[in-house]
Amino acid sequence: MSDLETFHAETRAWLEANCPAAMRQPVRGEGDIVWGGRKAQLSPDQKAWLDAMASRGWTVPDWPKDYGGGGLSPEQTKILRQEMARLGCRNPLNSFGISMLGPALLKYGTEEQKKRFLPEIARGEIRWCQGYSEPNAGSDLAGLQTSAEDKGDHFLVNGQKVWTSYADKADWIFCLVRTSKESKHNGISFLLFDMESPGVSTKPILLISGYSPFCETFFDNVEVPKDQLVGELNKGWDVAKYLLGHEREMISGMGLGGGGLGSGGPAALAEEAKRAVGVDADGRLADPLLRAQIALFEVRERAFRAMSEKFMDELKYGKTHPAQPSMMKYYGTELNKARYELVMAAGGSDALEWESEGSEGGTKARAWLRTKANSIEGGTSEIQLNIIAKRILELPGA
Amino acid sequence: MALFLTDEQTMLRDTARQFVNETAPVSHMRSLRDAKEPAGFSRDLWKQFAEMGFTSILIPEDEGGLGLGHVEAGVVLEEIGRNLTPSSFLSTAVGAVTALKTGAADLRQIWFPRIAAGEAVAALAIDEGAKHRPAQTALRAERSGNGFRLTGAKTFVPLGHVADLIVVAARTGGSPGEENGITLFAVEKGAAGLTATPERLADASIAARLQLDGVEVDADAVIGEVDQGWAGLTRILSAGRAGAAAELLGVGGGAMDMTIGYLRERKQFGVPIGSFQALQHRAAHLYSEMEVARAAVLKAQQLLDADDPNAERAALVAKAMAGLAVTLAVQEGVQMHGGIGMTDEYDIGFYMKRGRVLAELFGDANWAADQLARMSGY
Repeated sequence: MSDLETFHAETRAWLEANCPAAMRQPVRGEGDIVWGGRKAQLSPDQKAWLDAMASRGWTVPDWPKDYGGGGLSPEQTKILRQEMARLGCRNPLNSFGISMLGPALLKYGTEEQKKRFLPEIARGEIRWCQGYSEPNAGSDLAGLQTSAEDKGDHFLVNGQKVWTSYADKADWIFCLVRTSKESKHNGISFLLFDMESPGVSTKPILLISGYSPFCETFFDNVEVPKDQLVGELNKGWDVAKYLLGHEREMISGMGLGGGGLGSGGPAALAEEAKRAVGVDADGRLADPLLRAQIALFEVRERAFRAMSEKFMDELKYGKTHPAQPSMMKYYGTELNKARYELVMAAGGSDALEWESEGSEGGTKARAWLRTKANSIEGGTSEIQLNIIAKRILELPGA
Repeated sequence: MALFLTDEQTMLRDTARQFVNETAPVSHMRSLRDAKEPAGFSRDLWKQFAEMGFTSILIPEDEGGLGLGHVEAGVVLEEIGRNLTPSSFLSTAVGAVTALKTGAADLRQIWFPRIAAGEAVAALAIDEGAKHRPAQTALRAERSGNGFRLTGAKTFVPLGHVADLIVVAARTGGSPGEENGITLFAVEKGAAGLTATPERLADASIAARLQLDGVEVDADAVIGEVDQGWAGLTRILSAGRAGAAAELLGVGGGAMDMTIGYLRERKQFGVPIGSFQALQHRAAHLYSEMEVARAAVLKAQQLLDADDPNAERAALVAKAMAGLAVTLAVQEGVQMHGGIGMTDEYDIGFYMKRGRVLAELFGDANWAADQLARMSGY
């Protein structure tokens, strides 16, 4: 057996032995997703699965072992992911620390910062949130105004962020701040600080889904130690853009259902629709137009699944265009919105119920509405198209 | 296996790209069309393809071929698509070779060397109506003496009027609509009772209508098993769909490159029209669709090469996705070129025509999506 085949066999055996049965059930809602952090309340199975994976560094399989990772090669990482998918293993830990901050720290952090922050991300001990958007800095993110004043041994941060995902549940924040007004892009710095620091407050924003996953976050004379600056002073935009690429990769995963509702794929959607409209004499979905829409969606979903695999492979081998995450983000989020339009069409009036027990508190309708943010957060679809046009297609004056 | 071309496959692509672009660019197709060349393709070019080794890519090494796979065949097909090169590559080097590989050694020994040498071209005779419905095969093959007698009609047979070998799907049992009872036959050019009528299509390529009036073939003309040809036919069609999808990628990629180039150069209101966001967003959307199609095609090719049970489904996805993406590419191509895009003198219209023909071949996107729905149980 080759080394890879041995790894494959051992991985399969280890997952079968260590992944609790409950952690092989499909994720049904937000409550089934483990984000980690000081305030996390994990079920015994969730905790066992997280600890087992973290002990091998497999919450972040391709990070170096020194920083809490698994030190796996691209081929081994792919095998691990495929085996987890085959067994239906849930992701043991989902976090912005893993998908966004970690890669940025690996590239821009000092050795001391990597040793300090990465292992606790890998173990799910600290939950991070992202301080990027501001009331007047959305698509024009570099127009941000939250200031960090140099006070000798610390920065003094003042200002406001908005659309901070789970700020009220997070322990730390990675935050873009203005450290110079001389230049728009070259006056931004990237800071890390504890959300329990004096002067930090959050206020949840009620969304159309009835949920409040986002907050307004306020900073009133927050003192941040100097060693929590990532990258050079006034060069935070480079870190910010690099991190955005990773954020877009993460969001593009929603194109495949993101482990959420409807991730059973088009066949599950069709089953749902069959319950609502019945079947014809050949056992096919009796609404031929809905069936056609689901079938054409299936084409795109399967094709995008291949695209995701190709993109991840190219990324691991350094073969991808630096702006390709924008394409993935654009396509994946538009696909996910299309998926949830079909979830609603297949569910009919049952899917419209907002509070009933049968609808599990309006799970479908709320998830459908939540997806509408997919093509806004992390840079709108229109911003992604601008980036593709400018950086990949090299169109003029974009 | 990683889902991108290996170094060897990338080298083959570079070789094929240079060779096809130099020997058979779009002007080659245009001149064949203008000359009303009755064969519809160049036999000289086919010989050159053989000399490059292209025609024997899928022929096993121990039978005189290169023993490579559908990824490699797709690499060549994409360049054929990009240059709109009239060629029998898809029918012969992919379709017929795949068909013969499902059959007995004697037929392979006859045809593989001739295909490898560029001496023979082949055609696939599957469709009987205007839409691809392989299970509806009705052309009858009745036992007669030591062999069979074939009676019926076929349509949309690319280069069927000049093909030395025609792979014919016929019904030896069951009724139209059933998968059982289909048998594949190797019919040779000039067989008594075979009439091939060439029809020029919108893209200037030629597909034949075939009439078979009691064409007699020997029992050893059967490819595979009598009545059990559906599995073989499915393999041929999966290979054909992945291949047509690869050629489509070339057509769409060529149209897109041409269009992006035009957006950079064409000036109106004193600026390049590519600086207008209304066009930039459409171009970026098109790029995204083409990228996703490219991934789907490579996935299908790799699964075919691995003999994976999911290959049939992946080939349907590839064909449908490439059809959808390339249809967008050629439509945006003509529209963004404005008036010049409507002229015969300019090449972009050729891409639209070729894309339309390939989108129909071996089942269009709607048909493929319908098949996927059936396979997924709805």
